[in-house]
Parts: sequence; C-alpha cells; structure tokens
Amino acid sequence: MIRLLGLCALLALALVLALSVGARPVTPAVALEALRAYDPTNPDHVTMMAIRLPRLAAGLIAGGALGIAGTVMQVMTRNPLADPGILGVNSGAAFALLIGATVFGTAGESSVALLTFPGAALASALVFVLGGGLRGDVGPVRLTLAGAALNALLLSLVTAIVLVRQDTLDMFRFWVAGSLTQADSRPLAEMALIAGAGGLFALAIAPQIEALSLGSALSRGLGTKPRRVQAAALAVVTLCTGAAVAVAGPIAFLGLMVPPLARLVAGHALRQELVASALLGAALLLFADTLGRVVMPPAEVRAGIMTALIGGPVFLWVARRLRPGASA
Amino acid sequence: MSLDLHTSGLRAEGLSLGYAERPVISELSLDLPRGEMTAILGPNGCGKSTLLRAMARLLEPAAGRVTLDGQDIHRRDTRALAREMAILPQAPIAPEGITVADLVKRGRTPWRGLFTPWRAEDASACAEALAAVQMTAFAERPLGELSGGQRQRAWIALVLAQAAPLLLLDEPTTYLDLVHQIDVLALLRRRNREAGITVISVLHDLNLAARFSDRLVLLGRDGLVATGAPWEVLTADNLQTAFGLAARVDPDPVTGTPMIIPL
Repeated sequence: MIRLLGLCALLALALVLALSVGARPVTPAVALEALRAYDPTNPDHVTMMAIRLPRLAAGLIAGGALGIAGTVMQVMTRNPLADPGILGVNSGAAFALLIGATVFGTAGESSVALLTFPGAALASALVFVLGGGLRGDVGPVRLTLAGAALNALLLSLVTAIVLVRQDTLDMFRFWVAGSLTQADSRPLAEMALIAGAGGLFALAIAPQIEALSLGSALSRGLGTKPRRVQAAALAVVTLCTGAAVAVAGPIAFLGLMVPPLARLVAGHALRQELVASALLGAALLLFADTLGRVVMPPAEVRAGIMTALIGGPVFLWVARRLRPGASA
Repeated sequence: MSLDLHTSGLRAEGLSLGYAERPVISELSLDLPRGEMTAILGPNGCGKSTLLRAMARLLEPAAGRVTLDGQDIHRRDTRALAREMAILPQAPIAPEGITVADLVKRGRTPWRGLFTPWRAEDASACAEALAAVQMTAFAERPLGELSGGQRQRAWIALVLAQAAPLLLLDEPTTYLDLVHQIDVLALLRRRNREAGITVISVLHDLNLAARFSDRLVLLGRDGLVATGAPWEVLTADNLQTAFGLAARVDPDPVTGTPMIIPL
C-alpha cells in the first residue's frame, strides 16, 4: 500500500515536470493558473492548453495502457519477456495508417490516425484466430508464432507501400518512432475511454488470469474456463495496446519493462500489479517525453526513442535478476 | 439400508475414457462415499490419472458419467463445482518468484467475483490452509527457494484454501523422499479425520496407500480389479492380476495394515 502511494507520488512528480519543462518553461503556479482561469492572450497559457496538456493526456493514456497490457500479457503467458507487441498490434496499426494515407492522402493525418485503432484490433484478433483461439488451444508458443508471422507479413506490406510513395515514407518515418508530440490531433477522449475500459476489465478478471497462470488443469479445477479467460485477457491487451498506438504510435520497450518493475512493487497479486503497472507506465512515459525535450535543445528526442534508451539498460538489469530455474 | 438412490459422494457410472477405438478405461463403475480417504492404485499406463482427471471434470467421458451427490459433474457450473471439489494435478506450474502466500491466495479463485475485493474470509481460509500444512512460517518465502516437500505442502495449502469438502490429488507424493511422502499422507489423513474432507488420490506406493486409506481402488491393464478396504483389495491374487506381480501379503507389524512383500 505504501509502495503504491510511492508510485502515485512518482506519477505526480512526472505530471508536474511534464507540464513545466520544455522549450518554453512554465512554472507549476502558472500551469495551475492556466487551468483555473485560461487567458488566450498569455503565451504561457496557450502553451499549456494547446501543447502540454494534450501531451500529458496522451502520455497518461499510452503509458498506463501499455503498462496494463504488458502485465496481462506476461502473467498470462508466464513469459517475463512477452511484449504486448507480439499480438501484431503495432504492425496492424502501421498498415492501417498507411492504407489510410494512400487512400485519403497524408494531409489529413489526424483523421487517418483514427484508423490505427481498428487496424491494431483487427491484427490482434487475426493473431488470436491464427494462434488457435477458436479451437481453444491457444498456447504462448502458438500465439508467438502466429504473431511473428503476421508481423512479418504486415511489415513487408508496409515497406512495399512506403517504398513506392515518398509522402507516406516521410509520414511513416515520423510515426514509427512513437511520440506524444501530435497529441492534439489524436483521438484522446475516445482512446482514454477504450484504455479505461480495458483497464477495468483487466481488474475484473484478474483472479481468473492468476488462476490461468497455474496451468490449464489447475485453473479448470479452480472453476475457470481457460479458453474464455484467455480470450478476455487478449481483449484487454488489444484494447490497451490499440489505444496506446492510436495516441502515441508504437512506443518501444514500455510494455516489456514496466511489468517486472511493477512486480517488484506489488508482488504476485495481479490487481495490485495492474494498478502499479498503470501508474508506473504513465510516469515512465511522461519522464521519457519530458527528458526528450531537454537533452538536445532546440531539437526534441521523440518519447519512443527515449523509452528505448532508458528501457534497454533497465531491461538488462531486470533480465539479470531473473534466475532461470527458480520457479517450481 | 437406506433406500436413497442418490448416493452421497463421487460416483462413476459405466465410465469410458479415451478414444473409442483405444479406450483407456471402459465401462467402469465406482462408488466413493463421502468422508473416506481413497487411494487409486495400479501399474503405469493403466489409466489411474485419466480416471482421476475425469472424476474432477477435467476430462470429458467418451461414455457414461461421473456424479457428485447424484448430479452429473460435467453438466454443472464449473465455478460452483470448484467450491465443492478441488483437484491438485500432477505438475502444476508456479509463476516465477511467487511467494507461498501469494500462491495459496489463488486457491480462493472460485470464491472471488468480478469486482469483489479480497475479503476477511478469504484471508482466514488462506491462514488456516497454511497452518494445516505447517507452512505459516514460510508464507513470505519464494516457492522456488523451498525444498521439494515444502513446495508440495504449499501446493496442498492452495487446494485446501479452496475450502472444498472433496479433494482429489494426482500423485501427490511422487518425487518426494520417504519421509516427505509419509509427511504428505499424514497431513491429508489429518484433514480427512479432523475436517471431514473426502480425499481421493492416485498413489504408487502400495504399502503407504494401505496404511493411510480407508478404501483402495486397484486398476489393472483391463480395468478395475478390485475396490474396497485395504485387506480386501491387496490380496496375492489381485496383485497378480493387476501388476503381474508375485507377492506375499502379511500384516504390517506396526499398523496391522497389509504389507506387500514381492517374491
């Protein structure tokens, strides 16, 4: 409980920094003032409302959603190296984005971005079906293979599209690193609802996912229906990663590195782990985004690149702590 | 005799398991009344585990049915049934680094709803289960750091926390040394005597099974050989039929239960 409060404090710090730091520094007091009494002639207020707040919202949504998706994925597959991306969500989103850009043009990128969520959801549904989901024998290995196959296919199609069209290539290069900079043109409210629904659903079925991680026989003995729980858990992963990719593009490493850190805080109690992952995911993404604004001014390093830069070492540290054969 | 047709307890009626062309068990009928401690015995590959899994509704029968207090278990709501019977399969999987306490909590799954928080009765069921297997002192230890015997006690605590009056265990003593085998069986016997839990387990050691059971079920390659009290089941003839083993059966000098001496 105290540890969860610590995470809340960490997130609060991330929020304050994300609002204050940047090309135009805004003190927390001014930030608060902009929220309470918005003055459109004050450039600080405009920076706050038009740039910082949407960015903050996108960071909260994408970071929290990726934390939840990663934890559900890793607990369900009993694989500490499972990334929610193996469901093909990112490549599905990329493919949908490019199809949209090819058909409607790259000018209206904000409306094209609406296509990323259905693209992500369709791809992960397809991976679930290819992985044996309809016959009810979807195992981590089948799922990973199906995901890898669909990812390869979609990414080769993506490559084919960007190679023949210069304008889509530019857009794709910008999108694929993942960042919070275009937050104001992304469907924030819709995706907040979707990610929130995914998170609540995850909390509801958490005991059943815990049972599932003890193996199929014992989980059935505990009164769960493994097929149904698996489908529900994958729905959570799809909703959350789909929402994250729709607001921020593919953010590398976050879904992979948050769950082991959350487990250090919360132990093996899934409901607490989920809360910790959401808080930690949001805090880390906001830190990454804020740090990206100051490391090489006046340019910004995109949040997706910062999470990979921070995430790599953290991930290595976590991987070294995992002792093979320590489980029973 | 009572005329009650609905036997209280677990019952197999004309049960066939496996594939039609190669049945593992065919047309087996069995009555396991409540309150008893039963061991299922037989040679490797005779279908002991298959039978146990079917009795725990993990396996759909090819023919026949399994009933609990007269009701077909495969037609019952699986969550409601999980409050009445618990099963510990042979090789359950534990998440990496989980502590004993967090593992045992998962036994409460059938009692937890979609939005119900962890309740006091869940906590007390877990505490009781840990105390019953004498693992309270190890609650916060990671499972992976424990010895084989302690680990098995932790798994048993998980199914005890499920608080079902009927407990099925698939080879709970395999991979344990003799001391820990006795330890696990004595613990199950205590739960059986003190809490009135019906215990049905697949075992390998005939002498230990005879010592700790009210009833034995002896399977051979061609199905059920005998069922009943240890002295009725473990006869030289039955051992010959089930295992092809020539053996003498004498009373155990300490407990008086049948003791098998292979010839």
